[in-house]
Amino acid sequence: MAPPDDAGGVPAPEIGCRTPAANTTATSSASTTSGHSRVRPRRRPGPARVDAVPRWVLGVAAVGALFVLLPLVAMVGRVNWGNFLELVTSESSVAALLLSLRTSSVATLLCILFGVPMALVLARTRFAGLRLLRPLVLLPLVLPPVVGGIALLYTFGRRGLLGETFELLGIQIAFSTTAVVLAQTFVALPYLVLSLEGGLRAVGTRYEAVAATLGAAPTTVLRRVTLPLVLPALVSGAVLSFARALGEFGATLTFAGSLQGVTRTLPLEIYLQREIDPDAAVALSLVLVVVAVLVVGFAHRGANPATGFLRRAA
Amino acid sequence: MTSPRAAPVILAATLLLALTACAPSAANPGRQITVFAAASLTAPFTQIAAAYEAEHPGTTIALNFAGSSDLVTQITEGAPADVFASADTTNMAKLTATDLADRPVDFATNTLSIAVPPGNPAGIASFADLARPGVKTVVCAPRVPCGAATATLETNTGVTLTPVSEESSVTDVLGKVSSGEADAGLVYVTDVRSAGASVQGVPFPESTGAVNTYPIAALAASTNPALAASFTQYVTGPAAREILKAAGFGTP
Repeated sequence: MAPPDDAGGVPAPEIGCRTPAANTTATSSASTTSGHSRVRPRRRPGPARVDAVPRWVLGVAAVGALFVLLPLVAMVGRVNWGNFLELVTSESSVAALLLSLRTSSVATLLCILFGVPMALVLARTRFAGLRLLRPLVLLPLVLPPVVGGIALLYTFGRRGLLGETFELLGIQIAFSTTAVVLAQTFVALPYLVLSLEGGLRAVGTRYEAVAATLGAAPTTVLRRVTLPLVLPALVSGAVLSFARALGEFGATLTFAGSLQGVTRTLPLEIYLQREIDPDAAVALSLVLVVVAVLVVGFAHRGANPATGFLRRAA
Repeated sequence: MTSPRAAPVILAATLLLALTACAPSAANPGRQITVFAAASLTAPFTQIAAAYEAEHPGTTIALNFAGSSDLVTQITEGAPADVFASADTTNMAKLTATDLADRPVDFATNTLSIAVPPGNPAGIASFADLARPGVKTVVCAPRVPCGAATATLETNTGVTLTPVSEESSVTDVLGKVSSGEADAGLVYVTDVRSAGASVQGVPFPESTGAVNTYPIAALAASTNPALAASFTQYVTGPAAREILKAAGFGTP
């Protein structure tokens, strides 16, 4: 955005428009972008807000929002409601849903186990190479999932970097539920790390410093001060990790295989049903969307807005 | 530095560009058709289309390859296609049932083959070997065409397979075999041939018990029915048959 004095003939009020109408729309658009789809005009008391945006931004934002929402509406429109229950409660669908919930839960636990220390290191320590480490750790966030699958294959596969060692130890990863959990953890971990790191930075180190001067050992400070403070961020990060694990498809398909009850998670079941019975695929997609919406809604509600992942990422 | 007034203009221009970029150029509409063909036909159909274009100067055969059921979905949703070549009769039947395709003709057949990683580490020599304990076999899911053929062979031979994975497509089966994750997989003869050195084929006599038939048909919605019919006829003719044979396909 160019500075106002650069604009020449453009009147200044264009930028800081204070009319009540503009204020209302700006507030409702802000609530839209932060996750609530309901447009709820709210007028806040106190001084007029200065974050009103130009009207054309609203128009373009609306197009963007439609672009995201319209495909979902189109999909719901295609659901065959007559046999919806029958389709989503078939033996293969239930097996896939249960497997997905089970593996995603384990993956989320692994994310917490490894992600909390990783976030602490990224947010609270300083060492050479830290600036390089962060993008690397967050790489699965931007990596195409199928690439993640290939990378995992060359690590944990039968002929992979660690695969032979595991095979000697009698641990079979290929085509097992373990492979699914590994793939899900791989793609979900950055969500927890990013969310928690944001939370840690937002709460600052003052309370920790006070606790330390009062004689608390580092582990006590972590347990009694730091973690309780960032709990909302941890919860929202964990929920988002769970959602990401639930939707994992590419890496699982490449790396784990597809067998009912063992490796065929809900997204893989949808992929298979698409070949066989498109109605079932649409019905199951809707189930996945509903679960995802519930999960993201919960994460957003549960998190402190100041430390919530969605705000941090934005 | 752009002025604030320029921003909406640039945005609008970008949107307009994005919307018009995909509009097809109507340079020669009367001499071009689009052929939707099953993914397993990629190599032979590319050659057949080139041969047809050489014999009929000025024509253009545009090709779109994907899984047969994906293509059926696209055609049903109104994708602009003139000819459809399916990897199985079931998917073609979905189009003839709704009058989207007209009088399909069978032009090729395909049978299953065992694919093993180079060197055949598990020493697979027969169909029965796939059921040996400790052998990691990957097959197609029973309800996709290649899986249905696999199930037929199991019934015919009395050999019950316990696969470690039931994939959605032959490509996924091939991937598991070529990466060495699986000891063996059941795919089509033509897949083994087109995969080159990344997998090895193990032919087995029982494979003739499950033959997959490939039908082709001109589509009712074609904007150029004459060219569509001409190409369809060409695919069932001797020149195309030679190309298909070289790729491993059989004659119906």
